[in-house]
Amino acid sequence: MTDEITPELFEHLVDLAAFAFYPTEAEYLRKELNNQLKAIHLLEAVPLDSNIPPASHGVPYTAQIRSGLREDTWEPCDNPDEILAQAPQIEDRYIIVPDIPHTELE
Amino acid sequence: MTLMDFSAFIVAQKVQNGELTAVEVLEAALERIKAVDGVPGELDYGELTEEDRQKVHAFITLTADRAYEQARKVDHQVKSGETVGPLAGVPVSIKDIFCVKGTPSTAASRMLANFIAPYTATPVERLEAAGALTLGKVNLDEYTYGSSTESSAFQPSTRNPWDPGRVPGGSSGGSAASVAAGEALLSLGTDTAGSIRQPAAFCGVVGMKPTYGRVSRYGLIAFGSSLDCPGPVARDVRDAALMLSVMAGGDQRDSTAAAIPVPDYLASLEGGVKGMRIGLSPEYMQITIPNPETGEVDIQPLPEEIRRATLHAAEALAKKGAEIVENVPMPNTIYGIPAYFVISRVEAASNLHRFDGVKYGYRTDSDFEDLKEMYRKTRAEGFGLQPKLRILMGMYVSAAQYSEQYYQRALRVRSLIRSDFEAAFDPKGATHLDALLTPTTPTTAFRMVDIYGDTVLMQYADQLTVPANHAGIPGISVPGGLDSDGLPIGIQLLAPDYHETTLFQAGYAFEQATLNADWRKVKPEVLR
Repeated sequence: MTDEITPELFEHLVDLAAFAFYPTEAEYLRKELNNQLKAIHLLEAVPLDSNIPPASHGVPYTAQIRSGLREDTWEPCDNPDEILAQAPQIEDRYIIVPDIPHTELE
Repeated sequence: MTLMDFSAFIVAQKVQNGELTAVEVLEAALERIKAVDGVPGELDYGELTEEDRQKVHAFITLTADRAYEQARKVDHQVKSGETVGPLAGVPVSIKDIFCVKGTPSTAASRMLANFIAPYTATPVERLEAAGALTLGKVNLDEYTYGSSTESSAFQPSTRNPWDPGRVPGGSSGGSAASVAAGEALLSLGTDTAGSIRQPAAFCGVVGMKPTYGRVSRYGLIAFGSSLDCPGPVARDVRDAALMLSVMAGGDQRDSTAAAIPVPDYLASLEGGVKGMRIGLSPEYMQITIPNPETGEVDIQPLPEEIRRATLHAAEALAKKGAEIVENVPMPNTIYGIPAYFVISRVEAASNLHRFDGVKYGYRTDSDFEDLKEMYRKTRAEGFGLQPKLRILMGMYVSAAQYSEQYYQRALRVRSLIRSDFEAAFDPKGATHLDALLTPTTPTTAFRMVDIYGDTVLMQYADQLTVPANHAGIPGISVPGGLDSDGLPIGIQLLAPDYHETTLFQAGYAFEQATLNADWRKVKPEVLR
């Protein structure tokens, strides 16, 4: 049986996920992904009538259980500097983002 | 016997009426932790020592100062005749997936090892407001991704108090182990596929996954947003009911928290099971063993001791007046894990994109040219293998060209799983059950290292618990006996949406019926 996630597809997914890998790690991950997909293929045997809707959640989300939107009021945050202090790089209370890859237009 | 052998309910009563001080209780908890817990989990821990292998290692972070401050406040209130909360002086541990203001909130990941939460999760806030003493944060699988707690970036990972050579289950392994070993009287866990009930079963304690939305997820570091449920871990059913009654209810800060009244769980606890219709399903009395090479599954009978314990529970409930309904069809149970492999991964991948080394948490120490390279290096170094696997799978099965085949199909199978429960619980249906009785897990606690790494087999540890997460319904695991290795067996009860009351009543009735059973007299190994 050929692997569904080929080394090329794996590289593509890794790129989309914004990761990088050591070769040994990659081998393990690709094997586990393929094994999980084999388990997932069990779903193909399920007869699904066209009237069975997708369920994005189990419990019905009805008007009775919704708490409704909050009042749109300003609430001060008591510790903004503590929050900012957790950013790896800040300057004048701005979070610094490294250079974004871009192309200069002529 | 120490104070930590009492129930939370009794301890709170004794603190409320001045028989005990909260500080005394806290000191008993810290003493127990010192005796059984060993070194706390940490990053880049070296080889385990022989002593490490005998300890529980439930905690990542102890917050004794916070707990002392809370205890002194409770004692002051009692002394001055003020009303104190229903959890006055009760030491609790918090799964380290919840934010607690001013404390490290790590998700057991290198990615968040340096993150100090700027706010407190709603369920924790409610526990603290009720007078609980927050002992600290307990270990889990990294970002909750596992069933053994072994994938934590903080080692030594938690070990089972009944046999420290075995796993405590997961992902709320630290929660279940800390309660089983009497380090905490209650613990706050989360359950996305069985992460409260499975470790509760492995550690011989009570664990409840409430109805989805019964407890707010505000301040919970998200895994599968449509599946995650915060819930109680306790040593008996009354304590679990007490804890849930404090945490449950709507929350303006979580729009999915159900804004409906919370019944008085303690008042109805002793209501009994007379006339209750409790079902047994053949689909829950078998186990599915996947063959990773072929993807085929073998259906096998349950291990005999687990089958016997489940049937024994049915008999005990029948003797108390419940009507046992056999052969309840739950035909889509077998699809629970395959559907979960898809749905949970898509949600996890989406939730994990926020960890990028920009706003908080880990950022790579190595050089980088630009933002993209910083992301890659940060995420490669910050995430362990399990989060990486989930992100990759989530991206694959939700990609435009594969989504119909995988994600959309899994969501429709989820409807079928839900419809099994709707049919079983339908008051006008053939079985019109009040609850379904099942084993919690296909095995008792397995040995450390034995399964870790095989992500398919590890996921199948949740095969009997995950259908409730797909359906959103509540479930409870209660201790139901010991196997021939002396390991706890868990019994699960499932009920319709928002019917936690039924689960507490039935769980309590079973507990009372087996109060004098020999297996209840056996203590976990670390306490012998």
